[in-house]
Amino acid sequence: MSEQHSEHAEHVVPMSTYVGVFLALLVGTALTTWVAYIDLGAFNTVVALVIAFIKMTLVILFFMHVKYNKGLTRIVIVAAFFWLGIMMTFMLADELSRNWTPTVSSWDTLLPFLF
Amino acid sequence: MNDMAAHGAVHDAHPPGFAHQFEDVQQQRDAGRLGMWVFLATEILFFGGMFTSYTIYRSLHLSAFITGSHLLVVKFGAINTAVLICSSLTMALAIRSAQTGKSKNTIIFWLILTMILGATFVGLKLRFEWYRDYIEQIVPGINFVPHASWGADAGQVEMFMCFYFFMTGLHALHMVIGLGILSVLVWMTAKGRFSPEYNAPLEISGLYWHFVDIVWIFLFPLLYLIGGRYPGS
Amino acid sequence: MSTAIAPPHDVPAEPRVNYLNASYGIKSWLLTVDHKRIGILYLISITFMFMIGGFAASLMRIHLLEPQGALVQPETYNRLFSIHGIVMVFFFLVPSIPATLGNFLIPIMIGARDVAFPKLNLMSWYIFITGSCFVLYAILSGGVDTGWTFYAPYSSTFAHTSVIAAALGIFIAGFSSILTGLNFVVTIHKMRAPGMTWFRLPLFIWSMYATSIIFILGTPVIAITLFLLGLERILHVGIFDPAIGGDPLLFQHLFWFYSHPAVYIMILPGMGVVSELIAAFSRKRIFGYAFVAFSSMAIAVISFLVWGHHMFVTGQSVYAGLIFSVLSFLVAIPSAVKVFNWTATLYKGSISYQAPMLYALGFIGLFTMGGLTGLFLASLAEDVHLNGTYFIVAHFHYVMVGGAVMAYLGGIHYWWPKITGRMYPDVWARIAATIVFVGFNLTFFPQFVLGYLGMPRRYAVYPAEFQVLNVMSSAGASILAIGYAIPLIYLIWSLKYGPIAGPNPWGAKGLEWTIPSPPPTENFEVMPIVTEEAYNYHE
Repeated sequence: MSEQHSEHAEHVVPMSTYVGVFLALLVGTALTTWVAYIDLGAFNTVVALVIAFIKMTLVILFFMHVKYNKGLTRIVIVAAFFWLGIMMTFMLADELSRNWTPTVSSWDTLLPFLF
Repeated sequence: MNDMAAHGAVHDAHPPGFAHQFEDVQQQRDAGRLGMWVFLATEILFFGGMFTSYTIYRSLHLSAFITGSHLLVVKFGAINTAVLICSSLTMALAIRSAQTGKSKNTIIFWLILTMILGATFVGLKLRFEWYRDYIEQIVPGINFVPHASWGADAGQVEMFMCFYFFMTGLHALHMVIGLGILSVLVWMTAKGRFSPEYNAPLEISGLYWHFVDIVWIFLFPLLYLIGGRYPGS
Repeated sequence: MSTAIAPPHDVPAEPRVNYLNASYGIKSWLLTVDHKRIGILYLISITFMFMIGGFAASLMRIHLLEPQGALVQPETYNRLFSIHGIVMVFFFLVPSIPATLGNFLIPIMIGARDVAFPKLNLMSWYIFITGSCFVLYAILSGGVDTGWTFYAPYSSTFAHTSVIAAALGIFIAGFSSILTGLNFVVTIHKMRAPGMTWFRLPLFIWSMYATSIIFILGTPVIAITLFLLGLERILHVGIFDPAIGGDPLLFQHLFWFYSHPAVYIMILPGMGVVSELIAAFSRKRIFGYAFVAFSSMAIAVISFLVWGHHMFVTGQSVYAGLIFSVLSFLVAIPSAVKVFNWTATLYKGSISYQAPMLYALGFIGLFTMGGLTGLFLASLAEDVHLNGTYFIVAHFHYVMVGGAVMAYLGGIHYWWPKITGRMYPDVWARIAATIVFVGFNLTFFPQFVLGYLGMPRRYAVYPAEFQVLNVMSSAGASILAIGYAIPLIYLIWSLKYGPIAGPNPWGAKGLEWTIPSPPPTENFEVMPIVTEEAYNYHE
């Protein structure tokens, strides 16, 4: 039993992959910093976050070996982010819609005629 | 009983570090890895509460957050990001050394390099960022003094600085805990505990370390680069 | 009255080596990594915390005998209901079934030797004890008066009570929950015996798995919330501070994001116990096994989508309120599915009325009432009227006490022979179960009426016309207390004087009934290979 080799557990990532990911992460950081000094308006944030997401994905897939792991690990990661998404979505939904008081609408003007 | 003898024979085949509630090393490794990922899921929600609060206030008070963000020095944030990325590489290489059967000293070399980089991160933060903020009197709860130019935004600028210190503080706390874990790993490696067959503690500690790096990957743009740094922002 | 289940004839007379006597001495208990012993350590700890929370409730009910208050000052009353809530929620209900019965049974039910991380399991208990010590300190240093809900900015800025100690205690205990949930998830995924597929698992395991998901994904959020609250109290500034633009509703969102799923942490394990009890005492497979299993998972997921129903009247956006209201109706459906399936299991079952079954039947009735009244509260417009009244108090006590606590007692009784190797006197147990049922209803049904009539909750005084109902409620509480005290007596009595139970005194199905009572430390001498479905009672 202990002699069995499990490919996914023992998969040794090649050095070149690690160095490649490392360089990509550094380039991403430099890019994020450089773009901040260029006026893209609202897009500054978008670009910065997109680069951050790409960096995170690289770290998860390669440094954290998720590319070589079974499905359960991925389900755990997806679930955690999905739940974070639930928290953000519903909370923002409240905070951002709090001032949407309905203005006088057709119902209100109709009422005196109905009753 | 009968299977005690059989169990004893199997026992010799198990490497050091094998825990007997498991059937085999593979099961133990899978369980350890799943356990660490589940723990990281809890950390995503833990930091997530602060990220969510940040998102809400940023959308409600964008101009104040921009003002606050411009109080931070991008250079140090960027350098620290690079430092952490290097430390993730060295951590991955430490694990790889164990997997490929390199000597104890090689593994320890990479682990200590990771620790040095992590300590550099914390040191840079303390000396060049937090201490500077203290001198400039923008530390909420300690000596925060609003600048006149902030006008009505002053309260929310202090709010931004609260987020800055709480989020980077919590992150730094996780780094320090990581340094503690790394020193334990160095000790375990020195004792000869790790081999290509058994290196799970290295692997799962690596997962924790990379997670802390990922948190910073998001903190950098979200705290330092709000509203951009171009002229007129 | 009932079909008595005959004890087996081959009860061993000589004491065997089992997990209780395998090693002696306090060190062997305080440094144990045996999940069964850890379950017992938790059992003792939470019983103690239950008594503290119950004592606070007793003082409250005595105080409410009179409209102007019979016992304490209003400030003290505020501390009593806060401590009652904090202790009962975080230090009794949340750990109750998971940490005691879950720890004891999960490895056995899936055919494993122990949980995945036994040392982490022990650490969980020590973390729980540490958290409890902080809360006990908070109580002894004057208590907290913020309610168990700790709403900011009162808790962050204006309260002069031991908020930090209490919050720290809960924060620390939260880590105990997280680690327990983590342990259970990994154990259930990775350590099932050969042949124990997901759909052969006892429904108790499904419930514990769903509960563990909530532990893992919800608890960290209350942790960060209380952490931020503590920081704000220390620094006198923070993200909930209105002076710098802080939104009090932010605290409430973060708080309830955990605390609503937390109520499902409290009820799901109880539902799992009830599935086991109904199956065993009807000698029948649970009707619609897959539906019950999936309902547990559905409850775990949907529970995270409804927290805003605690905030309908706080100034939350009406549009968000509408969404939360609809989703809150949705979450009732899987619970209803379970109630239907339990009832269908009873139909044409061979039913016996031992004490565990009485608790299970009580659960079905009382949980249904509590759950249905939850629907009244999920209706936005109705909640405007009922929020902040005793209707809410009655609702959650029906599900928490009439539901979760009764399931807990039923489970303790059912598995008592397995845990201790002794049988308790069922006559006394049935008497106690009946007293609990009567006392409970007398305590809390009048509170539905009081709430509907408008009596506010968390008030130390009330209008005189509500006195009769309050006295009824307090009378019920004293009966309930007696009902809880009686099992304490006979269960402890049974440890020394109860008849020795064999491996399967109930004649039930399940891996736990195939091993000796009490079990040996390693649970199974030979790893079981599972070939049959769960609840394989031959008709």
